[in-house]
Amino acid sequence: MDDLLRIDDALSEEQRLIRDTVKEFVSDRVLPHVGDWFEDASFPARELAPALGELGVLGMHLEGYGCAGLDAVAYGVACRELEAGDSGLRSFVSVQGSLAMFPIWKYGSAEQKEEWLPRMASGEAIGCFGLTEPDHGSDPAGMRTHAKQDPSGDWILNGAKMWITNGSIADVAVVWAQTEEGIRGFVVPTDTPGFSAPEIHKKMSLRASVTSSLYFDDVRLPAAAVLPGVRGLKGPLSCLSEARFGILWGVVGAARACLESAVDYSRSRVQFDRPIGGFQLTQEKLAWMYVGLGQSQLTALHLGRLKDAGSITPRQISFGKLANVRAALDIARQARTVLGGNGITLEYPVIRHMNNLESVLTYEGTQEIHTLVLGEALTGIPAYR
Amino acid sequence: MNIVVCVKQVPDTATERKLRSDDKTLDRDAADGVVNELDEYAVEEALRLKEAHGGEVTVLTMGPDKASETIRKALAMGADKAVHLVDDALHGSDALGTSYALAQTLKKIGFDLVVLGSESTDARTGVLAAMLAERLGVPQLTFANKVEVNGTSIAIQRVTDYGYDKVEAVLPAVVSVVEKINEPRYPSFKGIMAAKKKPVEKLGVADAEIDVAQVGLAGSWSEVADFAAAPPRAAGTVVKDEGDGGVKAADFLASKKFV
Repeated sequence: MDDLLRIDDALSEEQRLIRDTVKEFVSDRVLPHVGDWFEDASFPARELAPALGELGVLGMHLEGYGCAGLDAVAYGVACRELEAGDSGLRSFVSVQGSLAMFPIWKYGSAEQKEEWLPRMASGEAIGCFGLTEPDHGSDPAGMRTHAKQDPSGDWILNGAKMWITNGSIADVAVVWAQTEEGIRGFVVPTDTPGFSAPEIHKKMSLRASVTSSLYFDDVRLPAAAVLPGVRGLKGPLSCLSEARFGILWGVVGAARACLESAVDYSRSRVQFDRPIGGFQLTQEKLAWMYVGLGQSQLTALHLGRLKDAGSITPRQISFGKLANVRAALDIARQARTVLGGNGITLEYPVIRHMNNLESVLTYEGTQEIHTLVLGEALTGIPAYR
Repeated sequence: MNIVVCVKQVPDTATERKLRSDDKTLDRDAADGVVNELDEYAVEEALRLKEAHGGEVTVLTMGPDKASETIRKALAMGADKAVHLVDDALHGSDALGTSYALAQTLKKIGFDLVVLGSESTDARTGVLAAMLAERLGVPQLTFANKVEVNGTSIAIQRVTDYGYDKVEAVLPAVVSVVEKINEPRYPSFKGIMAAKKKPVEKLGVADAEIDVAQVGLAGSWSEVADFAAAPPRAAGTVVKDEGDGGVKAADFLASKKFV
């Protein structure tokens, strides 16, 4: 399919090479199998993580500790090509790099960084991020998970987290908990006694991705387990801004995969003696999908440039996450109709992306919360509660 | 060991490839350029030889400015430096002219071993390795699916219809590789970032002491007389199996001289 607006011409040679490399990897290692992973509700993280590490995907936008140090646009392009494979793959990478490695890299002690970052960059160690709780999703400030220091200085962690990507397969969890001095982050090795992470089953979305609950039952952590560099909700929120940036690029890839599939199908599927792509109703669908795709791509590129300039704001990221996920979901649903009955099978990527995007619409700030962020930006009146 | 890998930028085989109506050469602007697939295997083999025996891998490309993308990919895979032979006078060179231009450049930059893919996906002549070796006056070891270097001697397995030949020679030499030889690595992100800083030397025809009468469209010994679009695929023949399907299939294959 033609990049009609030639948006990728704006990429540098390195950014294009990163695009092509990830695309090739996804085409070789993911696309032949992802339909089966989705059907079997499995994700071969232990096989993929070292390969992704070797490529330099894990923590790609961080500097040092074996990370590649990519600029924001290159990071975005890589997320786009990963999610053109599957949102589950991109989620794995986002969680590893932006939610687990980023807080250690940004707020961790020298020891925490040395212990975890090189192993996480290589894919030897897998990380997860515990913020959302069963009763506190959009309202994380109300979290009930708490940590208390006993007289020895050790932290005792109790509580539960939910909807945690990579939870059951992680070697380390970055867990946010209430303390007497406000919300703090903790680096929790998952083999610590009292830690458990049962997998959440019966999902109809992000099936090629591991989702878990985390339970902390008197988990005893050394004083050095706390992230020294941040206090309060701004810690986890800053991680989410990183990850949301990856999402607003990533969903462009999922949307593109759906449109490509719909275009191919419409050109070869014959009804009433002509390809259905020759019917005006189909062309209208395809044309609007193309418009939506181009607009979300431009939004992503613009926000990437703002991020590289160091001036991006959380509100701008909310705009991108809201607009691009919505556009991608609309494109996926339209593509599904073009494919007719075939649109519901895993022989084609469309229903997989469509179902995945239902999760993406909700996680990392629901569309409702991002809507309220923009509402507040316009009116000056917060409407969250 | 000083290894030079010749890589060529070709139009993406996944897109529709076109010839230009004015001079009947390949329309390089009509499709995205990619590294000729077999040349990626050549780069991989050169990197493995370097990893085993030490030395340096230099990428050599002849092509327009746009071919720098191809150089960048080879550097990102791990090659150390590159030479880009770029000059309008080279436009339209056939295999003979290309082999002359590359040979002149190779004489200038020096080499112990030249590695290249056994053919390109655009022109598909498959003769460049032989021509290069002849022009350089060194042994040619072509269609290799295995390469072993021991000191100054080199041995390959040359793929044939009946299996393989063992071919041995003394360096310097030219080797062409087939796709069975290895599995090319992906350029890593760190490799991609590092490639920016690797030296790329641009040479024109004068720098490489190339006689312009022997290159370009005018200097070529072969020319494209005419071309036409491939005819649309005709509808297939449907053969009904009425208990004699096997016979009909065999007859069909015999009519096409397959059996």
